[in-house]
Amino acid sequence: MADIALTENLAAVADRAAVVRRFGMRDAGFRWLTRLAALLVVLVFAGVIWSLVMGAMPSIKHYGWSFVTTEAWNPVTEKFGALASIYGTLVTSFLAMLIAVPVGIGIAIFLTEICPRPLRRPIGIAIELLAGIPSIIYGIWGLFVFAPEFQQTVEPWLIDLLGNVPLVRALFEGPPYGTGIFTASFILSIMVLPFISAVTRDVFETVPPMLKEAAYGLGCTTWEVMWRVVLPFTRSGVVGGAMLALGRALGETMAVTFVIGNSHHIHTSLLSPGTSISATIANEFAEAVGDLYISSLIELGLILFAITFIVLASAQLMLRTLERRSGGAS
Amino acid sequence: MNMALYTRRKAFNRMFLVLSVLAAVFGLIWLAFILGELCWRGLEGMSSRVFTEMTPAGDADGGLLNAIVGSVMMSSVAVVAGTPIGLLAGTYLAEYGRHGRLAFVVRFVNDILLSAPSIIVGLFVYEFVVVPTHGFSGWAGTVALGVIVIPVVVRTTENMLLLVPNGLREAAAALGAPRSSVIRAVTWRAARAGIVTGVLLAIARISGETAPLLFTALNNQFWSTDMSGWMPNLPMAIFQYANSAYDNLHRLAWAGALLITATVLSLSVAARLLERKRS
Repeated sequence: MADIALTENLAAVADRAAVVRRFGMRDAGFRWLTRLAALLVVLVFAGVIWSLVMGAMPSIKHYGWSFVTTEAWNPVTEKFGALASIYGTLVTSFLAMLIAVPVGIGIAIFLTEICPRPLRRPIGIAIELLAGIPSIIYGIWGLFVFAPEFQQTVEPWLIDLLGNVPLVRALFEGPPYGTGIFTASFILSIMVLPFISAVTRDVFETVPPMLKEAAYGLGCTTWEVMWRVVLPFTRSGVVGGAMLALGRALGETMAVTFVIGNSHHIHTSLLSPGTSISATIANEFAEAVGDLYISSLIELGLILFAITFIVLASAQLMLRTLERRSGGAS
Repeated sequence: MNMALYTRRKAFNRMFLVLSVLAAVFGLIWLAFILGELCWRGLEGMSSRVFTEMTPAGDADGGLLNAIVGSVMMSSVAVVAGTPIGLLAGTYLAEYGRHGRLAFVVRFVNDILLSAPSIIVGLFVYEFVVVPTHGFSGWAGTVALGVIVIPVVVRTTENMLLLVPNGLREAAAALGAPRSSVIRAVTWRAARAGIVTGVLLAIARISGETAPLLFTALNNQFWSTDMSGWMPNLPMAIFQYANSAYDNLHRLAWAGALLITATVLSLSVAARLLERKRS
């Protein structure tokens, strides 16, 4: 009897050991699978950089620094300079931020302080829907609806208003084309608005109510509470949100391609047509012939990626700092 | 009491409040303007032919059938291929890596990929797929869309898994379940609604993407389900028709734009509802 019990026990122990081993192997296998997927993400990122650098090599070797300092863009003579594209990208993004940052913060303040509670959620969602609309929709809307309207109303008004003011005059000279740098900037500002207002609203909500109540208790007005208490407290979050939006604006392609006008010349007037890095690539890449032409377009992509990388990395840094602080406080 | 100062502060505050209200109105007006115009012109171009006929050339009549089918094919393959990778990588970040060095790098890189310009993804796929295979193809377009799906799924998966209370994991582990079973049977299940939300958002994101298709899938005017050739797709059809000179093509472009927007917005609303149900 005892013998039988012992062998049965041994069998059970062996079974258990086998099961545990199997579990262990399956565990290790699953762990490696997830690790592999995570590594794949890093690999894709490395692949992006590698492909851009490799693709841009012929153009980098051929033009050197003159690629970023000249404005000429002539596929026939193979003279390529990125200055007009870089200028367009930076100027449209800068103008877009000039409009979107104050308006986005204003929306966040409206949503956290002024708006009646039942309306907060629906209005917040409505603003965020702006971010959900695909960029090609902004493009087609900009081209057929916004630009013609802009050409007939706002642009002539701007020219009348500012066309005679010294210094500013140069920025608003020339006929109203409808499409151009300013139109592109304006549409970009609408597109990035929800990114700023969503992040800003979220960080505003991390402000401890006690801080605000103390300020109100001292007799501060809403403006003073926002400007002296809430904004200083959430500064890195607001800046991070703005940087995130800037990253979007810099790389935005379809909306800009439709309305920027596609001219490879730098004009001082904001109302005249221009181009941006992404618009140039989008318009010309599929039809580009010749290695140098394609390589130049890829180098444009490399420049765009470098700019957005710096902006997005600093955005992350700022948002992380805030996250850590609010995590530590709670 | 300094009455002048008091009045000035009050007036200033009022002006500031009015400005914030105006900011919200500004945002809402553009939303209404865009959606209104889109419905108006999109419905004008909409007819049953949009869903039953092929894309036309020149001023001929036609629909968008091949473009719709091409888009659906590429998007679904991209989602089916990209979701498991994103899910596993997100799981690594939330369950295994956590504060490790690799997890830190992956998180950083993923957030960059999440917001990087999508046209860059197009260039990457051009170099890695189009050049080696000597030609634009539906597969190249699918890879480009897949690369966009992955970071979206990684981000939402990690966030959702981190919301699962540790008590659940500990209870399962105490019953003797191995780590991988805990993750698959407990944490994934607990975070299911959130993970589905992420996938819906990823679909919404790629259904409107045009830039990464410009020089990967290109476009095709004819019916084609052959993924190794040029692939018809909706965003490219809209892009080309909007830039054409014919009115009937413009109408088709608006109809396509309405279709895409309706898809994207209903997906994001569905994602939001799902999120709310969870919380």
